Amino acid sequence: MAKLIKDGTIGMDTFPSVASFAAAVGKMEGDGPLGHCFDYITEDATLGESSWEKSESKLQQYAFSNALSKGGFSEKDIDVLFAGDLLNQCVSSSYGAKDSNVPFLGLFGACSTMAESLALASLFVDSGMAVNAAAVTSSHFCSAERQFRFPVNYGGQRTPSAQWTATAAGCAVVSVHDKAPYVKAVTIGKIKDMGVTDANNMGAAMATAAYDSISRHLANTKQSIDNFDLILTGDLGQVGSDILVELFRKDRVDISKKHNDCGLMLYDMEKQDVHAGGSGCGCSASVLCGYVLQEVQQSKLRNVLFAATGALMSPTIVQQGESIPGISHVVHISADS
Amino acid sequence: MKMTNTEFDKLAKEKSPNTKLYLTLPKAFVIGGLICCLGQALYNLYSYLGLTELNARAAVSITLVLFSAILTGLKLYDKIAKHAGAGTLVPITGFANSVVAPALEFKTEGFILGTAAKMFIIAGPVIVYGVAASVVYGIILFIVKAMQ
Amino acid sequence: MEMFMEYFWAFVVGGGFCLIGQLLIDLTKLTPARILVIYVVAGVVLGGCGVYEPLVDLAGAGATVPLTGFGYALAEGVKTAVAEDGLLGALTGGFTAAAAGLTAAVVFGLVVARCFKRGDKMS
Repeated sequence: MAKLIKDGTIGMDTFPSVASFAAAVGKMEGDGPLGHCFDYITEDATLGESSWEKSESKLQQYAFSNALSKGGFSEKDIDVLFAGDLLNQCVSSSYGAKDSNVPFLGLFGACSTMAESLALASLFVDSGMAVNAAAVTSSHFCSAERQFRFPVNYGGQRTPSAQWTATAAGCAVVSVHDKAPYVKAVTIGKIKDMGVTDANNMGAAMATAAYDSISRHLANTKQSIDNFDLILTGDLGQVGSDILVELFRKDRVDISKKHNDCGLMLYDMEKQDVHAGGSGCGCSASVLCGYVLQEVQQSKLRNVLFAATGALMSPTIVQQGESIPGISHVVHISADS
Repeated sequence: MKMTNTEFDKLAKEKSPNTKLYLTLPKAFVIGGLICCLGQALYNLYSYLGLTELNARAAVSITLVLFSAILTGLKLYDKIAKHAGAGTLVPITGFANSVVAPALEFKTEGFILGTAAKMFIIAGPVIVYGVAASVVYGIILFIVKAMQ
Repeated sequence: MEMFMEYFWAFVVGGGFCLIGQLLIDLTKLTPARILVIYVVAGVVLGGCGVYEPLVDLAGAGATVPLTGFGYALAEGVKTAVAEDGLLGALTGGFTAAAAGLTAAVVFGLVVARCFKRGDKMS
């Protein structure tokens, strides 16, 4: 049974396994450096659906069904599904799962949702509340754009610090302890607000949350950066990553050699015009479920600290002039049992 | 590590890249200038066809709005605008794009509550404050005239 | 030569308006909608003060095609209407002058929404 270590950090008792995982992405993400890792790449951004919301639901379904079939699961085997996305009332998740007949819990953690859902799925399995728990999240460039920014074909110019919402979905199925990768511990994020009001600079808004959660996780579990091969933040982009490295440097800790960011890994930063990098729940979900978990499974990476970050705002509250609070949940994924 | 919001703001500014003005400014200038030249060519054409000055100008606006609407429908306007920035924002073609793009985007919510209701989400304020300013100007004109 | 100068001034003045707009995008936090509002109101004010008309005479479409020109047209429309109808003209002049551009945008918006497919940005 999972136990609280302290201050939001929970240690797993049995080290549940991430038994199966899959990622489904759009064309641009498929053209990126991780293109060969993904289970499904769609050429058609609509996925044959009549609205962007439904396209996103379908992408999420693909990630879910691919993860199930890769692990030899059927929908009946899944005891609980944690799902989330960026849209109002999490519609892409609930509409994506409505035909699956699986116990469903919808989550909103903005772009941190993959870590949030994976943490909860692991805790459920470790505590005996589920044998198999699935975590799925998604985002779609067009559905996010029309909700948060402008109509897709509006001729606006993006600022250099703006990030590109990934058209991607990732799903991980957590099962009782069996084979690598294992989930060893999680740290639940605290909401951090440093007064950033620029919705085009979300990396900056989330960097302190990532710093807080990562350093809290290390302190609470009495580990250091040296215990990990990869500190993987989710969607800080170039600006947020630079700030995170700087924040740790002030503590005289150099994370630059261990740190990478899903938003910088998903796209070719030179050739693909994504400005400060990728973002959206699907970005960290697809990088984790397409690439990182596979590396851990093959023991190419032994210990990964996955810290997905989210900006917990809505267009309404940003228009009201409020600053953007960030959150980051941490999951320790390991090849060692 | 403790940090105040002001200190963080400074750090965030330091790490945020600046726009490359040497690229954006010339592109905006040239593309914006070319759109205006196209407008001038159309104006000369309509004048040649015998339209009055005022009607020729209105016809130029209509034609440019039409071009912009078609380019928006063909998904080309935003591709040009990505480079042109204010060069495609400031001319009347930018206004047309800001009407047509939401009309097209939100048709998934229907032609009444989607296309029609969302048509002016960007351009609405322009009309509201443009017309309001013109009414203020009209009232001032009227008062000045009444006093003479 | 006269023809050339006409296009030269249209290019320089029109481009200049866009250049100022680009500076506003890059150096301030103003959103596109705010910039357009500033332009149209500036056009009304400059038109009302009589500053804009010489610019139109010089640059033609270079001054009328940018949104400041839309503001100028509003001011001109009000001026004509007030001269003819008095106070009523203050209310009718603006929309009368703006009618061509506005109606075109509405009609073409409807037609495009009806006839074209929604676009993505995936390449």
